[in-house]
Amino acid sequence: MSRIAKRFEQLKARGRTALVPFVTAGDPKPETTVALMHAMVAAGADIIELGVPFSDPMADGPVIQRATERALANGVSLTHVLAMVRDFRERDPETPVVLMGYLNPIEVMGYADFSEQAQAAGVDGALIVDVPPEEGHELVTTMKAHGLDLVYLLAPTSTEARIARIGEVASGFVYYVSVKGVTGAGNLDATDVAEHVAAIKSIISLPVGVGFGIKDAETAARVAGVADAVIVGSAIVGRIESLAATPERIPGEIADFLAGLRTAIDAASV
Amino acid sequence: MAINADNRQAERLEPGRTATYDLPDAAGHFGPYGGMFVPETLMHPLEELRLAYERCKADPAFQAEMDADLRDYVGRPSPLYHAERWSRELGGAQIYLKREDLNHTGAHKVNNTIGQALLARRMGKTRIIAETGAGQHGVASATVAARLGLECVVYMGEVDVARQEANVYRMRLLGARVVPVTSGSRTLKDALNEAMRDWVTNVDNTFYIIGTVAGPHPYPMMVRDFQTVIGREARAQILERTGRLPDALIACVGGGSNAIGLFYPFIEDREVAIHGIEAAGEGIATGHHAAPLTAGRPGVLHGNRTYLMEDANGQIIETHSISAGLDYPGVGPEHAWLKDSGRAHYDAVTDDEALAAFHHLTRTEGIIPALESSHALAYAHKLAPTMRPDQSLLVNLSGRGDKDMHTVARHDGLVL
Repeated sequence: MSRIAKRFEQLKARGRTALVPFVTAGDPKPETTVALMHAMVAAGADIIELGVPFSDPMADGPVIQRATERALANGVSLTHVLAMVRDFRERDPETPVVLMGYLNPIEVMGYADFSEQAQAAGVDGALIVDVPPEEGHELVTTMKAHGLDLVYLLAPTSTEARIARIGEVASGFVYYVSVKGVTGAGNLDATDVAEHVAAIKSIISLPVGVGFGIKDAETAARVAGVADAVIVGSAIVGRIESLAATPERIPGEIADFLAGLRTAIDAASV
Repeated sequence: MAINADNRQAERLEPGRTATYDLPDAAGHFGPYGGMFVPETLMHPLEELRLAYERCKADPAFQAEMDADLRDYVGRPSPLYHAERWSRELGGAQIYLKREDLNHTGAHKVNNTIGQALLARRMGKTRIIAETGAGQHGVASATVAARLGLECVVYMGEVDVARQEANVYRMRLLGARVVPVTSGSRTLKDALNEAMRDWVTNVDNTFYIIGTVAGPHPYPMMVRDFQTVIGREARAQILERTGRLPDALIACVGGGSNAIGLFYPFIEDREVAIHGIEAAGEGIATGHHAAPLTAGRPGVLHGNRTYLMEDANGQIIETHSISAGLDYPGVGPEHAWLKDSGRAHYDAVTDDEALAAFHHLTRTEGIIPALESSHALAYAHKLAPTMRPDQSLLVNLSGRGDKDMHTVARHDGLVL
């Protein structure tokens, strides 16, 4: 069983909804990232999503675009991100790490080399934003052969047929995008999300995470009532941006923010 | 990498083979290129677009509406002009220019925006978005939006907004809102990212008019189909004029829509050589160019797999060309396939070569070409003298040079 599947099983047994923070690797400084990952786990993160910087992040809103630009200005590449995960694993053998990014850096590294190196570094899975199942066959096969989960997005525009198709290839969990838009966009409609998550769960059996538009403890709590995981990205990355001049404060401040989300989620999951 | 050299060899279109060319496949692939590399939110809207397009394509009423617009609004057919004096000076093949520069709005871009805007109206969309680099596609989009009474938003890199002031003003006159894009390199590729972000957010009422044969399926196919009017007309015109097919075609390639529009109706005419010309900028060796087919490698950007300009880590790098319309790090996936299959030949000419051709055509024929088209002319300048006077060369004069006056003057040390 993969580290992700195991984590969801433990959470289910404890009646707890997963808290999944997203940060861009290498933002604001490469040396911040691993310490931040440990701090997030200590504050209650169950799975970490680590953004791999790409020059053309077409699914991301302005907050994560700027984080990506800061990381790229620091020269952070996919190879560096894998090294950060390896470093993180030295002290944390349990918390799953999912890479989130775009295909081209993986395409250039090569699917086999990427899968081998990711597995060796202790990566558990990847969510490649611009690879729908239609284009992902070779990538999925190669990654799965290396024990890596492939997390897929589902959207408000996904038809039942598409949900079923994604259910056939996804593993670990699926990520429901709660609004039509880019990361950090819009206002999430909790009733609408509940309906979509129920529809997804009637078709596929994997855990369902919900993200895009979760800004604070209140929205996190509303989503926790219906989802298996609450995914928070731009709200964290925006806080990191405001602390970019004092990176030593980042792990502590983000941990405080996550602790607040954790409390709200746990109260809502009961 | 998903590109298998053995398969590619097996599928290679041998010269003289008469197999019917029928790409892309149902999923939008041209061999290993093309496809639909987009976030899940866009997959269903792209499917709806494909179905709507296929319905329109098969609908005689839609085709009739399109033909009438191309005739009465754009001014088609565009003439095929025998550049006799220029041909004589170069001392080789007879050069024929397909005069897309005479179209309404001054370039081939409008052939596509007319088609997509009519499709948008059929689909009940009320809002048009577009990306633009030099501003030509933005102007062509704003033009058709004004005519059909559709809201229009054009995304344009902040750098391009500054260097293409006149076109920005034209778009605003036409009622479009021009949004300067401040992310990334602040040029065309970033404008495309921003347009995609808008589309993913407003997909219910918005139609995204992509300006070239790139992006996710069905765009490369659809834009090609709208632009093939160039090649269909040119083929009939040169047959009527000379009684035979041309020996070679030449077109400039940025994203490659004017080129594919000319090439496509000739793909099965094996005796016709096809040359696509990229921007070598300051020279391929300097790295300051926009020639992914000549000096890049395959990767995935903006919804399709194609040749790209990228660094060793897969980050897209900034391009350079004196011609803003060629200043793009990718290229249409069908060109990637035509290159690999050997059916078309791709080469690149420098800024200086393009400028020399710009001046030469202007002085010998009284036609001021766009700097984009000047790249095709520069290659004709090299190729024609190697051919016999009884041979012919068909060059796509994809746009006129009015928009480039400031750029050329600046290069000559003048400020207008």
